[in-house]
Amino acid sequence: MAHRIFPQEEYILKGHAACPGCGATLLLRYVLKALGPSTYIVIPACCTSVIAGPHPRSAFRVPVLHIAFAASAAAASGMVEALEKLGKPANVVVWAGDGGTVDIGLQALSGAAERGHNIIYICYDNEAYMNTGIQKSGSTPYKAWTTTTPTGNPSFKKDVPSIMAAHRVPYVATINPAYPNDIIYKLRKASSIRGGLKYIHAFSPCPPGWRYDPSLTVKIARLAVETGVWVLYEVENGKFSLTGLSRNLLKKENRKPVAEYLKLQGRFAHLKQEEIDEIQRLVDEQWRRIEEIVAEHGARAKSV
Amino acid sequence: MSKLLLTGNYAAAYAVRDAEPDVVSAYPITPQTPVIEKIAEFIESGELNAKFVRVESEHSAMAALIGAASVGARTYTATSSQGLFYMYEVIWWASGARLPIVMGIVTRALGPPWNIWSEHADFYALRDSGWNMFFASSAQEVYDFTLVSYRVSENPEVLLPTLVGWDAFEVSHTYEPVSLVEKEELKSFIPPKGSWKPLLDVGEPGSLGNLAYPEEYIKVRFEMRKASERARRIIEESLRSYSSLTGRRYWFFDCVYCEDADTVFVIQGSIFGETLRAVEELRSRGEKVGLVKVWVYRPFPYEELGKAIEGTKNVVVLARASVFGSLSPLGSDVASALKLRGASARLFDVTVGVGGVDVKAEDVIGIYDKVRVSGESSFWWVR
Repeated sequence: MAHRIFPQEEYILKGHAACPGCGATLLLRYVLKALGPSTYIVIPACCTSVIAGPHPRSAFRVPVLHIAFAASAAAASGMVEALEKLGKPANVVVWAGDGGTVDIGLQALSGAAERGHNIIYICYDNEAYMNTGIQKSGSTPYKAWTTTTPTGNPSFKKDVPSIMAAHRVPYVATINPAYPNDIIYKLRKASSIRGGLKYIHAFSPCPPGWRYDPSLTVKIARLAVETGVWVLYEVENGKFSLTGLSRNLLKKENRKPVAEYLKLQGRFAHLKQEEIDEIQRLVDEQWRRIEEIVAEHGARAKSV
Repeated sequence: MSKLLLTGNYAAAYAVRDAEPDVVSAYPITPQTPVIEKIAEFIESGELNAKFVRVESEHSAMAALIGAASVGARTYTATSSQGLFYMYEVIWWASGARLPIVMGIVTRALGPPWNIWSEHADFYALRDSGWNMFFASSAQEVYDFTLVSYRVSENPEVLLPTLVGWDAFEVSHTYEPVSLVEKEELKSFIPPKGSWKPLLDVGEPGSLGNLAYPEEYIKVRFEMRKASERARRIIEESLRSYSSLTGRRYWFFDCVYCEDADTVFVIQGSIFGETLRAVEELRSRGEKVGLVKVWVYRPFPYEELGKAIEGTKNVVVLARASVFGSLSPLGSDVASALKLRGASARLFDVTVGVGGVDVKAEDVIGIYDKVRVSGESSFWWVR
């Protein structure tokens, strides 16, 4: 069974330029295993445009179009339409960071979603502009240190999965590198849904940006889910469902304290106890809203 | 060969229909809008079998074509002015990635203040981007150059994008009879689909546009430079071939009354008509004047143009672009062409018709009178 769901093939080759412990590279490795060789990737300016390695070589065993920062969803729109016209069906995947998605790329993403192109758009969210040296993005969490928020980010993380769900795309999901089976399952599902943009938001720990030891990537990723900071879910044709471990976290007592997640990362080292308490309150409030959504979606969500 | 009454914008749309692109992507901006509206009609009526991507911005319009062309699709878009500038970043991406995209530029002034009328500042802003650039002065030329663009761009020795510029309203919205080429005849002129190899293919994974260290970057750029040099020859060959197909004679530029001229006007676009009227008026007074209309702006025909005008005493460039602190782009190029030939002709660089101001024969005659007495070699002509 495990062999069937977990392909042995590798599409990211040795010698790529990722930092040790890079969550994004781990995610992309699983994503490509799920999708297989008939896959085009479009990558805007982001860490992965460097991870791919320098011209004329590439560390990826699938065709890659590197494109300007704001342009990835639009480039994928044209690519998917062209492949359809030329009779060469394949997965067209945008692989973009949070800066290229929640900030500068949001307009093109919104347009592509509204037009319903058959694209899988994946945002690997490392919660800041990591490729340029850890500056705040629209996805940086409240109070997190970055080089442009040296005393902590005063604004809240933009909820792009909800924005995408509001576009009535057929599929929205979140993934996390600590749960590879879940990634394979969701990417295969996204690939099987024809017609319409599929949006995947990925939790992507970043050792240099979040200031932790590279050996802790998976531990931090798992803690993000266990503490309820990161929620695993999918929205299929408008129906919200918690998935994986997150299904069991509606009760607060099942969730670990957020402090366990925060304390491993240098970007939160400056927090005072009352700030940690405030973040805990925000996470609890988020789960209260999820409870409402789950109740609204009724029997279907409970049966997941 | 059928003849239709078409605006410049419709002429572009008919050429696109006849070139049979696979993907068209565009965002509306005045005065380009009728181009994409007509193409949308062709696609929805089934006259053109292409995918039409109604993007949310010009930036996305060009990005969509980059995506489409990278997997081997034939593509088209058109834009103007502010829209072109919003697209500017990805315009460089298209040429740097060596994608044979074809684009129409309906030339229009840039704000502020808002102005939707013709000026070539937007067109000239692309001069260093690596695109091949044609300028049409009539609907017929819009149709013809758009078709020629596909043959030039898709030549495996070139593989650079090509654009055609034409004036807002004077050409974009004015009806004139346009001769169309029969589809059967075009088959021998436009390359068959698949004549160039797509850069991205799942059967042969590779990557397009990734990081290049300095030594690799300069090599990639140098290859592009060589392709642009080859484009000069391919453009000449394509124009000759098109001329013999249609009987309409095209080259890098058109030269009227040039043989014995001691003063030559150099222009681009729709002011050709009034400038020609002025030249004929001056000729009737016994003045030895000639007129050059530049059709191919990039790669610029330095050698050929320099040769054509080196023997004259005065070269008067009438450029339709707001310029500050330098010669006009066309003036600079003509100056270079003269200098490269070691010609002693005196150059006058005159800015005219900015923001849609009409340029009449009387203006051209006024400019002629002024340059004969004036010491000024670079000035704006404002009535």
